[in-house]
Amino acid sequence: MIRINKTTLLFCSFLLAIPATAVQAGEAKSGYDYIKPASRAMQDDEFENPGMIAVERGQGLFNNLQDDADRACAECHGKDGVKLDAKNIARYPVYSEDTGEIVTLQNRISRCRDGNTGSKPLPTDHPQLVDLETFVRNRASGEPVNVHTDGQVADLLQQGEELYKTRYGLIDMACYQCHDVYPGQMIRGQKISQGQGNGFPAYRLDTGEITSLNQRIQQCLSLMRAEPFDADSEESKLLELYIMSRSNGLGIETPAVRY
Amino acid sequence: MQLHRILPLVLVLLACSPLSVMARGQGSLPDDYCRWEVVDYGIVEPLCGLAGDARRGSMIASDGSRGNCLACHQLPIPDVEAYGTIGPPLAGIASRLSVPMIRLRVVDTRNINPMSIMPGFYRDPRLINRPGEKYRGRTFLTAQQVEDVIAYLATLK
Repeated sequence: MIRINKTTLLFCSFLLAIPATAVQAGEAKSGYDYIKPASRAMQDDEFENPGMIAVERGQGLFNNLQDDADRACAECHGKDGVKLDAKNIARYPVYSEDTGEIVTLQNRISRCRDGNTGSKPLPTDHPQLVDLETFVRNRASGEPVNVHTDGQVADLLQQGEELYKTRYGLIDMACYQCHDVYPGQMIRGQKISQGQGNGFPAYRLDTGEITSLNQRIQQCLSLMRAEPFDADSEESKLLELYIMSRSNGLGIETPAVRY
Repeated sequence: MQLHRILPLVLVLLACSPLSVMARGQGSLPDDYCRWEVVDYGIVEPLCGLAGDARRGSMIASDGSRGNCLACHQLPIPDVEAYGTIGPPLAGIASRLSVPMIRLRVVDTRNINPMSIMPGFYRDPRLINRPGEKYRGRTFLTAQQVEDVIAYLATLK
């Protein structure tokens, strides 16, 4: 007969209890609700918001013919992107049936540029690509995030959720522990947010830089003293997809001001 | 016995077996890592047989780059502007818990609560998932630092 000691049994019963006791995500709340009033005021004022500098840089890249290109983005999408569809922007990341992969907004912009303007490809999170993403998302300001969650995306979201709930690094924490279990609690002087993606790319008060969601995830993993996932890895895309899907219904705030 | 009846038990045993721990772990145990043993929900023996220093422990507890206990816990340390509210306040902790119980909670609290967000400050490095390059094979604090923090917490009666 197999003999199990009491401690093992207790421990195992805890393991079994995890799925049942996992905290259910409540109502999605923007990071805006968790930042200090002064930071909210900074975000709301276009002249005070340092992220607007990235929007303007992106606007320049969008409107003007770049040295290495035959055409500017604006030739198809209108000056200042007037022909861009906010509802479409709010759907990213999307799943491409053709290639069978996740396409982030940066991927979409990069491919559109490479295919149609003749300019050199930009790697994920290249400063110019982050500026362009910031500009394009800002065009959809206020549009509720609307990541599609059905069909084949459902399976990808499940994989993303698994990554979101995995512990990483020497500090050994999972995204969901801070951002699903403890939002509203203080970590030193900062309120923990739900880790929503609707404000990204965002201006980070901590680093003083415009930061894409993927960069923010990498910075969070580094803070956990973990090895971040490469910018173009499947893991990064799955995390971005899952995190943006959690933000469904929240208005786009790019460029948000965040800690 | 029918397989489907014992399958859940087999899965649980597999999940709890040392094998699964090894499969998840990375690298080998560093030579200077002192093994510890849980007895009655505590660790009775000081790590590596070291004696802690409460004064040093208090500094480690408030140092953002070392223990950083204040990130999550309130502690009776003066002149600290911001505490965290994630973990319980630690004033009077030594009146509530014995030193071996405190030691287990600092070393690796997940032995008591597997869902705890608290890092194991002397957790077996093989159990750490995707440690950064600089942190491979390391513990969060050294055995001496852990004993210093425990000596400090033991003064909070």
